[in-house]
Amino acid sequence: MDVKSVRGFVGNKLSFSEVSASDGVKMAAEMAPEDVVSIITASGLKGRGGAGFPTGKKWEYAFGQEGHPKYIIGNADEGEPGTFKDRLILTDFPELVFAGMAIAGCAVGAEFGILYLRAEYGWLREHLEAAIAHCREKGLLGKAIGGGKDFSFDISIRMGSGAYICGEETALLESLEGRRGDARNRIPFPVQAGYLGKPTVVNNVETLAWVPCILVKGPSWFAGMGTRKAPGAWLFSVSGDCKRPGIYEYPFGTSLRQILADVGADNPKAVQVGGASGNCVPPSGFDRTMTPGDLATGGSIIVFGPGQDMFAVAENFQHFFADESCGQCIPCRVGNQRLLEAIARMRANGLDKDSERTVRQLAQTMSVASKCGLGQMSPRAFLSILNNFAGELPGHA
Amino acid sequence: MEHEHEEAGAKKILHATINGVAVEAEENETILHCARRYGVYIPTLCELDDIDHTPGTCRVCLVEFEMPSGDGKTKLATSCNTPVVEGMTVQTRSPRARSAQRLQVELLLADHDQDCATCVRHGSCELQDVAQFVGLHENRFYKPSFVEKRPVDDSSPAMIRDMSKCIRCQRCIAICREGQGVDALVQVGIGQDKAVGLRFGLSQKESTCVTCGQCVLVCPTGALGERDETDKVLDWIYDPEIITVFQFAPAVRVAFGEEFGLPPGANVQGQIITALKRIGADIVLDTNFGADLVIMEESAELLKRLASGSRPTFTSCCPAWINFAEIHYPEILPYLSSTKSPMQSMGMICKTYLPEKMVLDPKKIRTIAIMPCTAKKDEAARLQLQFDGKAEIDVVLTTREFARMLRREGINIAKLEPSDFDNPYMGEFSGAGAIFGTTGGVMEAAVRTMYYVANGKEYDAIEFEQLRGFEGVRSATVDMGGSIGIVKVAMCHGLKPAREIAELVLAGKADFDFIEVMACPGGCVDGGGNLRSKKAYMPNALKRRATLYNVDRQQHVRQSHNNEQIKTLYRDFLEKPYSDKAHHLLHTMYTDRKQTLTRTVKEIWEDLTISDPLY
Ligand SMILES: Cc1cc2nc3c(=O)[nH]c(=O)nc-3n(C[C@H](O)[C@H](O)[C@H](O)COP(=O)(O)O)c2cc1C
Ligand code: SF4
Ligand code: SF4
Ligand code: SF4
Ligand code: SF4
Ligand code: FES
Repeated sequence: MDVKSVRGFVGNKLSFSEVSASDGVKMAAEMAPEDVVSIITASGLKGRGGAGFPTGKKWEYAFGQEGHPKYIIGNADEGEPGTFKDRLILTDFPELVFAGMAIAGCAVGAEFGILYLRAEYGWLREHLEAAIAHCREKGLLGKAIGGGKDFSFDISIRMGSGAYICGEETALLESLEGRRGDARNRIPFPVQAGYLGKPTVVNNVETLAWVPCILVKGPSWFAGMGTRKAPGAWLFSVSGDCKRPGIYEYPFGTSLRQILADVGADNPKAVQVGGASGNCVPPSGFDRTMTPGDLATGGSIIVFGPGQDMFAVAENFQHFFADESCGQCIPCRVGNQRLLEAIARMRANGLDKDSERTVRQLAQTMSVASKCGLGQMSPRAFLSILNNFAGELPGHA
Repeated sequence: MEHEHEEAGAKKILHATINGVAVEAEENETILHCARRYGVYIPTLCELDDIDHTPGTCRVCLVEFEMPSGDGKTKLATSCNTPVVEGMTVQTRSPRARSAQRLQVELLLADHDQDCATCVRHGSCELQDVAQFVGLHENRFYKPSFVEKRPVDDSSPAMIRDMSKCIRCQRCIAICREGQGVDALVQVGIGQDKAVGLRFGLSQKESTCVTCGQCVLVCPTGALGERDETDKVLDWIYDPEIITVFQFAPAVRVAFGEEFGLPPGANVQGQIITALKRIGADIVLDTNFGADLVIMEESAELLKRLASGSRPTFTSCCPAWINFAEIHYPEILPYLSSTKSPMQSMGMICKTYLPEKMVLDPKKIRTIAIMPCTAKKDEAARLQLQFDGKAEIDVVLTTREFARMLRREGINIAKLEPSDFDNPYMGEFSGAGAIFGTTGGVMEAAVRTMYYVANGKEYDAIEFEQLRGFEGVRSATVDMGGSIGIVKVAMCHGLKPAREIAELVLAGKADFDFIEVMACPGGCVDGGGNLRSKKAYMPNALKRRATLYNVDRQQHVRQSHNNEQIKTLYRDFLEKPYSDKAHHLLHTMYTDRKQTLTRTVKEIWEDLTISDPLY
């Protein structure tokens, strides 16, 4: 398959195209690990895998761990419905990702990295292997890389197991260790005991790609792109009812309204921000901005045009979660299934006060009691649709 | 000095409050663990501290907490895997915590066959307890079709898996994998279909499970259990034509009183005899007699094997070990003693010698064995263990079924006067037979008799202390003196240690003459057919073991070969140990039942297709 032909439409200029991966690795090779960590911390870079955890902080924890060896894992499992930015990064900028992993290795003292590649992206593997080989030739991976004397780092690619849950970092680790992709308990964290029980940094592909950019262009360049509270820029996967779906880069603080105008969304009825596990925003919220604390993004925007049935949307998302729950813990296993049935019922018969109370209680307990992010996030889309579009249910004025 | 320093460093004490009471916790101690130390109950279902199992799947242990910097904001967390943090305040019974706990139980019951009255676990079920504790009074999410599609696997003669009662706590997987190292159980399915199944999707009968029943001991619900055969036995008791011959294992008498409120480890041998007589048993015998018989045969066999230079010899009285060897290590079968187990030997003698002596029609005899063991049911069903096309043992009742049977008959053994075995042919036993129920016991019993054979006199001290440890694998060198000399022996309990030994033997790295294996950790006193404890694994192992050693000490006769009735049995019937007749009646053989994968991993991979994108 021609890798470039499926990369998708790129809507505006991407910062990634301006940076050389090798410059980043060379700079890191000459720095003390602590300095690399503090540059990343200073940039304010936050994880792009969904949870938005400050990357510098994660690395600092990992650096402080005594266990050895340590591992860097590139999370390329991109499974969130409506998200395809990581795919573009893997097709167009793989070396930035590998450089990011090498720099992370330098910062935390790891010599080995694994790219966990989504099973459905198997066709990208050859392209990525070639990119890794190229990096080795250029001295960006391998022994004594980037000119540093004792800085070695290498990467291998491992295929994902084809489940959404395998993108969750602890399930990913289970899967890498050859078991079912079931989420682990959150304590210990992967930075304490991750892959094979060793300190492990799991970062999203986009997070990693920003790393060499920040090193080369400086943390203030990166921070300067966003607002003071939310520094930096983000890649968005835009899909749904709009004229120019594709990948866009926006600084934090951009309003939803502006993005909708850029992508040619006429009169949308709602926008799902953050994929299936995100929030559904009605028109009254279009002036909200892409800022953690306001609209946490997850990097995905799905536009719903005027003709969409919002509870059909909710049911579709819910179907996804019921199928993808690993089924380990009770609120997610039974909750998602029962919520799915409840949505089907309310689409047919409307919703009375009693059942609304029950269904809200169910959704609430799923989000507080589930073991991992999947169950915790799964009722979000439904709840935001219920809160904003209940009028669409039968029997409602 | 340095040591002291380390000590001080290791013991960092954290301060917090639980339900308003100040508590101290060690670093990394979970809220649950700390709460338990302070006597605060938090409902739990999946966690099992004794086997270090905290999968975090049931979510019923939720508590409300606030961090010192929490500005009044509280959160919920599962207490079984959340460590105490300095200055944290925890509420286990606040309305929010209670309501969250209750909802988890309600959801668990959504997918649970709630026919409690017909459930084997009724009254001793952890799920029932927790439901009562959280004050569950609604069942809004229950859906019958969830339950209907859950399989009930009754393929095995020994165990039933009723997945409509399973709460996916994964304790069974943990004990089978980490505890026993058998690894027969796996998680199957995802989402609502998630369940516990047997590896390769096989039925219990065909699987790699060895029916040791350790998973039954840890299961919090009625999902796992033995095949209940109490009805069959009661029918025979009420049938005047049929002669019921009961026997009960050494371990049963020291692991039964708890059911009726007696202290753990109490010896209720006499009460069991009375109870059996009271419900109408015709003849009550002691499996210990069979144990003495086995020692006679096994020591003779062993001496023969030693003389011919074939070593080591493994004991063969534990059926789960036999299953394990046949299914997992068929290469080891030639090393197994051919002597039948005490239970089967008893069965055979009950259907041949006993009717001859007592002038009974053997066809009317039904042999019923009360065992602390699920695998014994498997053993009784073995085709190799049939005599004239009929089973040697007609029914095995686990200790649990026996308790159930007595309850059905309205008998409380705590209120019964003890009585003695009264059968003049098979009622006597030696101390050696009694200790069969605990790890090292078979070895010690055999060594006592072999010592006599070698030296023509008894070992002065009688007890062989060097055989009595409790580690998973133990070895010892016994100087038998006389014609035998040094004998190197090993004992292991639990299948993980058994696997270690089997590997060593096959690798030619084990230098042993005689190896005792009991599949259950602790031996039969903690066998998979014992009464279940709640939230505990093997809580009474050592007490039961101590009582068995006491029984031995109080026994007038301490060696199998000094059991007068055994002597008579050989004189009048079997001739001598390992005679042709004894060989015919009391020895058996084994078959290779290894599971072979017919497909390679590569083929399976190629078969897997990534489902088409649906969304
Ligand atoms: C159900 C679920 C699925 C996830 N899938 C992905 C994914 O496909 N890719 C990803 O990078 N992170 C995913 N995450 C987030 C990861 O757990 C983890 O937070 C992330 O990889 C950390 O990287 P970051 O700090 O760079 O964001 C998922 C989380 C959950 C709960
Ligand atoms: S929340 Fe869902 S996906 Fe996560 S562990 Fe529980 S059942 Fe599995
Ligand atoms: S009976 Fe024993 S071998 Fe079988 S599943 Fe249970 S623990 Fe495993
Ligand atoms: S069978 Fe029993 S022990 Fe196993 S997961 Fe189910 S409830 Fe738990
Ligand atoms: S150790 Fe005892 S209880 Fe356990 S399987 Fe063997 S014979 Fe049965
Ligand atoms: S006991 Fe804590 S989740 Fe089950």
